[in-house]
Amino acid sequence: MDDLLGLVGHAEARASLDHCLKCTICETQCPVAAVTPLFPGPKYVGPQAERFRADGSVDHSVDYCSGCGTCTLSCPQGVKIAELNSQARAAMKADHMTVRDRIITQTIAMGKLMTPVAPLANAALRVRPLRVAVEATLGIHRDAPMPKATSQTFMAWFRKRPVPSAPAPRGPVVFFHGCAGGYFEVETSKMTVEVLEHLGYRVVVPEQGCCGLAQQSNGLFEQATAAVLALCDRLRSAGSDLPIISSSGSCTGMLKHEAREIMGVSSEALRDVGLRIRDTMEFLRELHEANALDTSFRRQDTTVVYHAPCQLKGQAMGLPAIDVLSLIPGVTIVESEVACCGMAGTYGLKKEKHAVAQAVGEPLFTLIRDAAPELVLCDTETCRWQIREATGLPVEHPISLVHRAYGLSATRARRADPGAPSGA
Amino acid sequence: MTRMSADLVVIGGGVTGAGVARDAAMRGFRTILVERADIAQGTSGRFHGLLHSGARYVVADPRSAMECAEESAILRRIQAEAIEDTGGYFVQFAGDDPDYADRWVESARAIGLPFEEIDVAELLRREPRVNPSAQRAMHVADGSVDGWRLAWGAVDSAKAYGAKVLSYLEVCGIEVTDGQASAVRCRDRRTDAEVVIDTGFVINAAGPWAGRIAALAGCGEVEVVPGRGVMLAVGHRLVHSTVNRLAVPGDGDLIVPAHTVSIIGTTDVRADDPDQLWIPRVEVQQMLDAGERLVPGFRQARIVHAWAGARPLVKDARASGTDTRHLSRGMVILDHASRDGVRGLLTVIGGKLTTYRLMAKGLVDLMCEQLGDPRPCTTDTEPVPGSESGHTHQVSQRLRDRENDRLTEQLLCECELVTRRMFTDALHENPDASLDDLRRQLRLGMGSCQGGFCSTRAAAVACAEGERSAAEASDALRLFLSNRWLGLWPILQGDQLRQAVLDNWIISGTLDAEHLPVASSGSRR
Repeated sequence: MDDLLGLVGHAEARASLDHCLKCTICETQCPVAAVTPLFPGPKYVGPQAERFRADGSVDHSVDYCSGCGTCTLSCPQGVKIAELNSQARAAMKADHMTVRDRIITQTIAMGKLMTPVAPLANAALRVRPLRVAVEATLGIHRDAPMPKATSQTFMAWFRKRPVPSAPAPRGPVVFFHGCAGGYFEVETSKMTVEVLEHLGYRVVVPEQGCCGLAQQSNGLFEQATAAVLALCDRLRSAGSDLPIISSSGSCTGMLKHEAREIMGVSSEALRDVGLRIRDTMEFLRELHEANALDTSFRRQDTTVVYHAPCQLKGQAMGLPAIDVLSLIPGVTIVESEVACCGMAGTYGLKKEKHAVAQAVGEPLFTLIRDAAPELVLCDTETCRWQIREATGLPVEHPISLVHRAYGLSATRARRADPGAPSGA
Repeated sequence: MTRMSADLVVIGGGVTGAGVARDAAMRGFRTILVERADIAQGTSGRFHGLLHSGARYVVADPRSAMECAEESAILRRIQAEAIEDTGGYFVQFAGDDPDYADRWVESARAIGLPFEEIDVAELLRREPRVNPSAQRAMHVADGSVDGWRLAWGAVDSAKAYGAKVLSYLEVCGIEVTDGQASAVRCRDRRTDAEVVIDTGFVINAAGPWAGRIAALAGCGEVEVVPGRGVMLAVGHRLVHSTVNRLAVPGDGDLIVPAHTVSIIGTTDVRADDPDQLWIPRVEVQQMLDAGERLVPGFRQARIVHAWAGARPLVKDARASGTDTRHLSRGMVILDHASRDGVRGLLTVIGGKLTTYRLMAKGLVDLMCEQLGDPRPCTTDTEPVPGSESGHTHQVSQRLRDRENDRLTEQLLCECELVTRRMFTDALHENPDASLDDLRRQLRLGMGSCQGGFCSTRAAAVACAEGERSAAEASDALRLFLSNRWLGLWPILQGDQLRQAVLDNWIISGTLDAEHLPVASSGSRR
């Protein structure tokens, strides 16, 4: 038997296939099967196909699974469907990993490469002939949304900014920014830090690396396991028992359950980090439940569409962003109630999957276009790129509305431009 | 009445009878095989699916071991399609007698049985679910064999050589004229029509029913003791090779990966009647305990089905009480000419599925000798129809096939990946086959949901294809589900209990299958 299929996570997921009653609920919820016959559906490639798998891989159609996890979430019997699919994909790709799938998982390298030349890189990504060439050579679709590089990384900002003078009566928390939060979605990271400091925390940012999620979802389990274990060590080096906060919703899921359930990583370090890590909005909701959240929000008369990403829903914690945003007076929240935007990490970047990803996201895009909100909110980075690209609207992390409602955006604007009017 | 004639009538469509029919037909004898039910519906289809490498017998019966080693190698060549080359392990676990392992190694070396001792760590790497208390592990050439495919392969080959194979034909008399078996009288169980076959020779391969057949020719006192064995199928493969205890052979010391499931077997209790094989709960529990010793967590796995088979063993004065394991496992041939004064009648009892071809050869050799018409056996050289490629079966085969036709073919049985086309092809070829008969050929309804979802589809397709009226299709559905139920009620627990409840909601609740119209003719298929 192949080593890969011998991993602990696979034994657990495989055992769970016994619970499948063929009820077909997963098939009715799968956003990919709904838009393309190329994907045979989660019940088929999951608990059904798994019974036929032994040596080698014969069912390449499993690769059309986007890994959104909606099937596992919706299964009433507890079958680890998405986990089985990820493992089958890893086994399938073990012999023929494409250059593309290795490159798009190198999230830190991409960030480091693009940051110093951000305007140039951003411009290059808009050059049509270049994108056509990239599609032909690498298989990254010419229209796939790309991250927008910033000229200053989050880490550079964090180091160079003035040391906060306000007291931190609530003590330290660890902030995990993630690759995208470090290099591309830097504003989200900054706002998270400022909100935490506003609430009285001292934010500690240890040197950190990638959680390995992109590698995991592309079947590179060995590299992903090494990455997630290294990350755990670094996050733990900031202090034991401290809460770890992250605004990278999908990376949080990797640390909470995916590394263990998909790749079978069973280290004490991962268990410890997995128990301590909180999604930012989840952390704020916990504070509120403990009557410890400052709710003196400024009124925001606005309508926002909130899309809960698939990888956040998979963490089985409800929708903390809605719970927290509902505390802000004047805010009308339209929840998308759509399973997935189609991007699912790196799925929508791929040439052969791009059309599927767009079709998966179409109900969401239509809903957003019809609602025409001032702002769209979504907790994960690549989903925001996908929705921005498709709708042309501003798409931000929910923390941005919290940040604004605490008046922190106005403070920052005044700092940058002392002449600007306050209370924006 | 229909009258036919043949050089040889073979009674019994198990693997032994099918093998005899093939062998005789290949030697040019005009052969008719009669079977009172479906091919391999009895003992040949009710076992654990093990193709013996011989390793199980090296200590107690080296000759059997060598026969198994040679015959399993031949079957891999001539019936590759029925066999999966899983390999197997004989594992000494904590608590097993270490001396037995030493004796086993010594005997295996003495007879030249191929094996390789591997590190326990390597065993657990290859088979992570095996009990980590393993002390020693021997890799052997065990395989997994589909008894139905094996029998059908021999049947198809026999037919290709001109033999007639008639199922649902029950023997109700053997005529003896001047001390010579001269005709076999049968009744068609579907139509009640009488069929008489004039013949010069009869081979009785009715297995546990062989005593009854012999009595029809006036040959009494052929006492066949059915040894009832209970087996359980787990919903998926817990292991990908066979796993045997390296200990004196006993109950439930073996797990076989058979197609998509794993089978644990078996118990061995004397039964009174091979048509009444109960599955006592205590034996189910015994198998669950046995499984737990080989694969920890076995009790948490989903048991999808239970069944009982009857080993046909000739009563031997050396054995007593209810333990049939100590009866001879070799085959016994009763020559009724010398025994009862009836020429042209042989009865065969016992033997092993793995060595069925050799047994058939021995029987036909003896027939040739008695007829004074020596013709050489060629069954070991020529592959049966469907196995010409020489490629053994792989569990992933159907998943590979569906990967190629999934965009155009409709699935009937989701668990076992049976397409509508596979079903309709088999149905058109065997229009009288019951859904259960088709199940044995296609594995329809043999997966996790045990027919809960595919049975209604299959019945409806049979109707849509014009092979059944609506009422006949409803009858077929009910018969199929009631047969499945026999193997379900003894193991209802956990996931399979949930499944049974859901299936019941669908079949009885939504479809009200019990009250659908009944075919006026009283359909038996």
